[in-house]
Amino acid sequence: MSPEMIRLIAHSTGETLYMVAVSALIATLFGLPLGVFLATSGKGELFAAPWVNRVVGVIVNATRSTPFIILVVAIIPFTRLIAGTSIGTNAAIVPLTIAATPFIARLIEGAIREVDQGLIEAARAFGASPFQIVRKVLIPEALPGIVLGLTLAVVSLLGFSAMVGAVGGGGLGDLGIRYGYQRFMPEMMLAVVVVLIVLVQAVQSIGDRLARRLNKRIRHA
Amino acid sequence: MNAPLGYLGSEPAQRLIPAAPIVRLEKVSKTFPGRDGQPVTALREINLSVPQGSILGVIGRSGAGKSTLIRLVNGLEKPSSGKVIVDGADIAALPEAALRHARRSIGMIFQHFNLLSSRTAADNIALPLEVAGYDKAEIRTRVEELLALVGLSDKRNRYPSELSGGQKQRVGIARALATKPKVLLSDEATSALDPETTRSILDLLTKINAELGLTILLITHEMAVIRNIAREVAVIEGGHIVEQGDVFEIFTRPQHEVTRSFLADESGRALPPYVANHLRAEASPGSQAVIRIGFRGPHATDPVLARLAREHGIEANILSGAVDEIAGRPFGTLVVGVPERSLAAALDFLNKPGLDTEVLGHVA
Repeated sequence: MSPEMIRLIAHSTGETLYMVAVSALIATLFGLPLGVFLATSGKGELFAAPWVNRVVGVIVNATRSTPFIILVVAIIPFTRLIAGTSIGTNAAIVPLTIAATPFIARLIEGAIREVDQGLIEAARAFGASPFQIVRKVLIPEALPGIVLGLTLAVVSLLGFSAMVGAVGGGGLGDLGIRYGYQRFMPEMMLAVVVVLIVLVQAVQSIGDRLARRLNKRIRHA
Repeated sequence: MNAPLGYLGSEPAQRLIPAAPIVRLEKVSKTFPGRDGQPVTALREINLSVPQGSILGVIGRSGAGKSTLIRLVNGLEKPSSGKVIVDGADIAALPEAALRHARRSIGMIFQHFNLLSSRTAADNIALPLEVAGYDKAEIRTRVEELLALVGLSDKRNRYPSELSGGQKQRVGIARALATKPKVLLSDEATSALDPETTRSILDLLTKINAELGLTILLITHEMAVIRNIAREVAVIEGGHIVEQGDVFEIFTRPQHEVTRSFLADESGRALPPYVANHLRAEASPGSQAVIRIGFRGPHATDPVLARLAREHGIEANILSGAVDEIAGRPFGTLVVGVPERSLAAALDFLNKPGLDTEVLGHVA
């Protein structure tokens, strides 16, 4: 492999990591409250607002069912509004964030719904407010599940980021398509795939390890 | 048991000064919307008073409405009608913020402990204090006191998954006591524990009641719990309180079918199968009459059968029996068989205060 290729791969890896990290961070920022809301606003729950819950649920599902590549193209005007441009790595962060937010919200909702209802009852019984219950009970208790969910989201984002080459977002996927496929450089394609595999493995094992450390439900030797 | 007999015959001292009720339910009913649109009535016109400093047990089968009842007291459930007064405040009428404040003076413990798995024992106990806005130093001292009270000082940094059931419930009790409540609600707190651990948790609750003067309202389906710690009992069935009063009185002279069924689970009350299977309503040639004799208070240790034999020449055949303690007072049950011809004389002899006799039937 030529030094030029290595330089290209390193550069694209940097772009991928940047896009994924920034979009994962922003999507978590929006996805966490959204997920908490979805998990607590059903009928008879802490912030009971069944109608709003249903409407938000529909929006979340709609976003999640839109194929990512269509989402990228469809929201170009919005991307331009936010990022000032519709082309490039920064512009790619906008559709990545929008695709990841409802995904993360659903994962966090799932993790929070796993928390034993008895804990909510106990917290209400000692006088905790709904916000205190979220902050002091639900999120800490759901944390291992939330971490696993975020790990899954980051892995998915690595996959999504391969498609943002379509809007000049760069990154590993773009490199693989342009060099590996269009310029007939199978070794480049292979290298890209290997780097992605390593990244996914690394993210997954860091996430697993963190979740395990946070999980006090199981006795540690 | 070791108290002088004179005491056993009289009413317990605390009954002489009627304490003001700290919890009072007045004509409380609760209906839930049912699955098929038909409302389900969980509680009907419940009246219940829990005197300050007492231990009142509510016993009932599952589905009798006891969980709903205890949840009305701290406002986890709202009554459909009626009033729930705790320490002078109408719990059902309080706005949300005031209710949260009121709940700090009503502790609650649960069957499955409901501890946060992500917090250590000490941090679980600290949680209600954090929620109530205590500062860090106050929380630390209070948590230490509570750990010592429940005997878990050496487990302060353990997570619930590292504790036994009994230890978890001790943490639950400490957490419930953190904000110095006046009332402790116990929701089947020992139902997930083995008998020995149950005993130690009940001892702890008794100690807390005596030392802190804390009023305890507990619900259970276990007779042993009522017998060991309650002074007053309410028997609940189908959303009604069917019987209510002093534990010893209620359980030595049960009036209601449900009360009897709880006692039947107890040793000595139930007929052994070899008697039950042959029991007939009518006497037949050569049959024996089966009598259940309940001995209450000081008579529980009287040699009644010996006197029956000596003074009347009636030899009673013991079929089953036990001497037990209810609410700290001895109580015995004997099931005996006597020859049919001696039945009248035996009943006559046994007809005296402190003894309850009941002819159950006849066995050939």
